[in-house]
Amino acid sequence: MSDVTHEGSSGAAPPPENSWRQRYWKKNLRLMVVLLAIWFTVSFGFGIILIEPLNNIVILGFPLGLWFAQQGSIYTFVILILVYALWMDRIDNEFGVSERNGTGEKP
Amino acid sequence: MNIDSMQFWTFFFLILTFGMYMTIAWRSRVKETKEFYVASQGVPTIANGAAVAADWMSAASFIGMAGMIAFLGSDGSVYLMGWTGGYVLLALLLAPYLRKWGKFTVPEFVGDRYNDTVRVVAAICAIVISFTYVVGQMTGGGVVFARFLGLEAHWAVIVAAVVIFFYAVLGGMKGITYTQVAQYAVLITAYLIPAVAVSQQIGGFPVPQVTYGTILAELDGLRTDFGLDRFTEAFSGRDGGQLDVFLVTLSLMLGTAGLPHVIIRFYTTKTVRGARFSAFWALFFISLLYLTAPAVGAFTKLNLLQGAEGATADELPTWIEPWADAGYVTLNVDDGTIDSVSNVAASGADLIVSNDILVLASPEISGLPAPIIGLMAAGGMAAALSTAAGLLLVISSAASHDIYFRMISKEAASEKTQMMVGRLAMTAAVIIAIFAGLNPPAFVAQVVAFAFGLAASTFFPILILGIFWKKANSKGAAAGMLTGLVFSSSYMIYTLELFGTQANDHILNISPEGIGALGAVLNFAVTVVVSNLTRPPSLEVQEMVESIRYPAPQQLKAAGKI
Repeated sequence: MSDVTHEGSSGAAPPPENSWRQRYWKKNLRLMVVLLAIWFTVSFGFGIILIEPLNNIVILGFPLGLWFAQQGSIYTFVILILVYALWMDRIDNEFGVSERNGTGEKP
Repeated sequence: MNIDSMQFWTFFFLILTFGMYMTIAWRSRVKETKEFYVASQGVPTIANGAAVAADWMSAASFIGMAGMIAFLGSDGSVYLMGWTGGYVLLALLLAPYLRKWGKFTVPEFVGDRYNDTVRVVAAICAIVISFTYVVGQMTGGGVVFARFLGLEAHWAVIVAAVVIFFYAVLGGMKGITYTQVAQYAVLITAYLIPAVAVSQQIGGFPVPQVTYGTILAELDGLRTDFGLDRFTEAFSGRDGGQLDVFLVTLSLMLGTAGLPHVIIRFYTTKTVRGARFSAFWALFFISLLYLTAPAVGAFTKLNLLQGAEGATADELPTWIEPWADAGYVTLNVDDGTIDSVSNVAASGADLIVSNDILVLASPEISGLPAPIIGLMAAGGMAAALSTAAGLLLVISSAASHDIYFRMISKEAASEKTQMMVGRLAMTAAVIIAIFAGLNPPAFVAQVVAFAFGLAASTFFPILILGIFWKKANSKGAAAGMLTGLVFSSSYMIYTLELFGTQANDHILNISPEGIGALGAVLNFAVTVVVSNLTRPPSLEVQEMVESIRYPAPQQLKAAGKI
């Protein structure tokens, strides 16, 4: 986490009137780090590192570790991306940079 | 099952779906270069998501994956997690920012962010990666034609290649986008109908994801009878054990996030917000197939083992025979009954079944009527076609845009010439791919590992650093990418029998599929070190990196603007 934050803020200091940008970026990074931590825990954590102990728990015929490795992780991935897209909408709104009405510039 | 009616329905669905794709491609055909590659950024988010899904799900996903899981058991998770988890990285770390940057292709982004040398290296990597993947699509299409139309294997590959070529060259990105939406619809329908039917037949419940759990105990029992590891046993399917499973999963994830033909799709959305939601819809559509695949693998494996246990050659389920005629099933029954089943030809097992047939055979296994089997063939072709088209587009844009007009002809070229060079590159790629596709399938499987390992160890690190670290510079990126490339490809050449080299033992049990993860780490490290030792990029570039972090150019209500 500290790595990403450090890298993100290591550029030239933006002028003071751009301080909203720093706050926007910080919020974006924080959300990203939380979601990536979940991504790692569920896939590599439950599905690979802890798969053997979790397999001792059997739910509806599934050893739990196997379920995470072949099913649960995929459900989690889909939800993570949805949460990211929705949450970024909220952050965009908060900072008045929403593109909901097609206000994003066209290259 | 009447073979004639099956061929009739296969023809029927193949012609019907081709006609549909051609009509869509023709109606949305393009004349301008920009449209050819990015479809004017006018594609709705859900449609783009479905197109990404079709683009992504190749013949390997559709035809091969469930079969691989059937034989790998628990460790089949490397493909399931690896090929979906990468989308989280793509959605959170790459897609929105690359969309904001607003350029056509990965080499183009790299060229702007770093310099033209890095761009050419990236373009060459993009061509190699995409090309190896195209070969897989042609052999996949070949399996369909060989079995369902009774073509001889070599001709089947050539027919598949000609069909792919014909329609990829005709359309452009816009034509391809809407065709891919149609192809997604065809392939997911074809995949789910037999899966639901088999689930109902085996477990008495039509949701494969639930029935999957209820048959695991029985499947484990049968596998034990055949002297195989239990299906649910972790780290038994691959030789490398836990570390290898970890590295292969990571390589496939990083490779997925770095594959150029997937990344290019996010430029076709209107806004940065659109890119985020496209990524969501893409993975949603992909997950419908990926959540079903392990169930299909387990069902067909159960059916196969039940049918084969203690059976003589004549007592095998009837669906096996035509596949044996097509050369995808081998029987070595000398002593009467079948005691061993494998997917490896060299294993000498009594019954050897190719991974590639389990999905295509699933309608026959569950006794579904001939039209469904025809639909299945069309689904397999849809998967092969959509992916191949996306890949050929990357090859043509890298060859014309990034290499030809940068390196060979410096003067500004007309739209017409650009399109022509692009199409010539596609033609060359298809012709070379036919020759490669005629080689034994083991070659193709190895080469796909190559594609993902290279994408992970070349593109992923320099894209991430290019976005999140302003001081990453061109010298760092070039050094990092070359280090990743050389490291990963030399390990693959060392461990695989590619290009006639001798295969050596794996070092520390790390398989060649997993080496990309280490290549990526190395690339990260080298890029950071070299960038720190050399001059940081110009303030202009740093300002561009800053600007892609915010979706809109200015704040609309709060104070302050750029």
